[in-house]
Amino acid sequence: MQPARRSRKRGWSLDRITLILFVAVPLFFYMIWVWGPTAATIALSFTHFDGITSPTFNGLTNYVRLAQDPQFHQALFNNLIWLFAFLTLPLAGGLALAVALDRKIRFSRFYQSAIYLPMVLALPVIALMFQWFFLPSDGLVNTILHALSNNRLSPGWLADPHLALSTILIAAIWRQVGYVMILYLAGLKGIDPAMREAAYIDGAGEWKLFRNVTFPLLRPVTIIVLVISVIEALRAFDLVWVMTGQEPGYAEVLATLMYREAIHNYEAGYGSAVAVALFLISLGFIITYLIRQLRTEEEL
Amino acid sequence: MARDTISAAPGGIAAPASQPTTTASQPVTGAVTGVTTRRRKRASIGRIALYTILTITALVWLIPLVTSLYTAIRTFGDTTQYGPWSFPPHSFTLANFSQAWVQGDFSQYFLNTFLVVIPSIVLMLLGSSMTAYVLARHEFRGRKFLYVTYVAGMLLPYQVLIIPVYWLSNQLNIYNTPLALIAIFTTFEFGFCTFVLYGFMRGIPKELTDAAFVDGASAFQVWWRIILPLCMPALATLATLEFTWKWNDYLWPITLISDSRWFTVTAGLGQLQGEFVNNWNEITAGALLVAIPTLIIYVALQRYFIGGLLVGSNK
Repeated sequence: MQPARRSRKRGWSLDRITLILFVAVPLFFYMIWVWGPTAATIALSFTHFDGITSPTFNGLTNYVRLAQDPQFHQALFNNLIWLFAFLTLPLAGGLALAVALDRKIRFSRFYQSAIYLPMVLALPVIALMFQWFFLPSDGLVNTILHALSNNRLSPGWLADPHLALSTILIAAIWRQVGYVMILYLAGLKGIDPAMREAAYIDGAGEWKLFRNVTFPLLRPVTIIVLVISVIEALRAFDLVWVMTGQEPGYAEVLATLMYREAIHNYEAGYGSAVAVALFLISLGFIITYLIRQLRTEEEL
Repeated sequence: MARDTISAAPGGIAAPASQPTTTASQPVTGAVTGVTTRRRKRASIGRIALYTILTITALVWLIPLVTSLYTAIRTFGDTTQYGPWSFPPHSFTLANFSQAWVQGDFSQYFLNTFLVVIPSIVLMLLGSSMTAYVLARHEFRGRKFLYVTYVAGMLLPYQVLIIPVYWLSNQLNIYNTPLALIAIFTTFEFGFCTFVLYGFMRGIPKELTDAAFVDGASAFQVWWRIILPLCMPALATLATLEFTWKWNDYLWPITLISDSRWFTVTAGLGQLQGEFVNNWNEITAGALLVAIPTLIIYVALQRYFIGGLLVGSNK
């Protein structure tokens, strides 16, 4: 029986052609629409390109401009703030909620559902909801603030250049907490209850139990959450774009800068350089992740 | 003879139990044993505090959605005259929704989005399951390289693709048509889907496919009649998750479509904001309309959605 199967793999049998097509057809489209464009973006970043006429090579000009562009610095800085925000509040909040909900608790489903509900909403939907929520004149937040402060307190939120990014981040965090919570909840389910039981019998207090047993056991989840936070923080676009009415100003992030330059200002060459910068920043994480993935692959 | 064996197989064998998707899609409900029981007696004050904090958090989390709904069901006149946060409301109307649906062209946007999302998901799942099948079941030169191509591809930030894809769709004369969106929606998540399906297929016992081969089944038959039916849980999870993602996607529609005739829902939502400048009753109604299909999925297919998120967490 075994030889019969082997012979099937040799020569140009029908099966062999099938298998080649199975790999080649999807790969062809993947190369054209995903890897090809990635390579093209890198190439275009060394050119002057308006998106219409053919690109002309201009060496490192785009990158020199990048290094001196205050808007680029602003965008990069804002992405880092975004990242910092994601690595603090949603991480701590999501973890705390997961630990709380992991106990035998009533209405657990309701709590979970409410908190990760934002995950299914489109970002432009979230953006509009929060725009309405934070509207300086009529929004719920300012209506309450006006009532509490006798009309003295009236922040402009999105209209205030210094508050815009923070306001957007509130919406982003609102969405992210549920994601982190779900990941940690799944991680907690995977922990053998006996391990915690043992520590508990040994007299470990609640906090000690968490710090010395639960949290270290959650390490794989924490790594995933970190990677996701980084990627999501770097990809940020929709919320900024919609909430600022396509003029991010002080709330500019790398993705919006790139989009504005490439699509609106016909500076596709420079836009490509911004995209490559963004790519390089995330590359470190991609490689770390890949190595990890390949290692588990070898174990299979 | 061979046919019988193959079609009998999926019914007789349950999907592999040790797979990430199946375990992940179990409803997440608390079950920690003895520890909690003892703890409960000890600290009932702590529990009251816990419930209070959780309830407040959950309610706060619902505020943006509830306030939008509250605005959407009131008339413009009511909110202007009595203020948008007056309670109880002086009006109740569904006119804002029908206004967005008809005047705001949302009926068209819904149609367009389905037209783009459904074919993309079918093509994407077909393509990635073919690749995953070959990767999981056959040894060949360049196998590892192929795997890396897809796994690395799923981590690419989409910004790296925008400019050339925009250019490419122009060159292929599909810019501003649903085809452009179908092309990118189909291929962009190939990596992720291949990765998930590959993992799932590795869990399907090899004896199953080997037996079918011995009985004379072709590679195509094995894929179509054994592998695909057994992968149903994974395919359902991916379809649920990808539907939500593609339905919600905003960047590609605004990049590849400039004619509002072909707008998807999210792009149309931006349009709505421009049309009804300060009529937030209309705008929130439009936003909620866009959210309805994903909310239905969230309620009806929550298990699959969460399962997908957990597998997708590797993304």
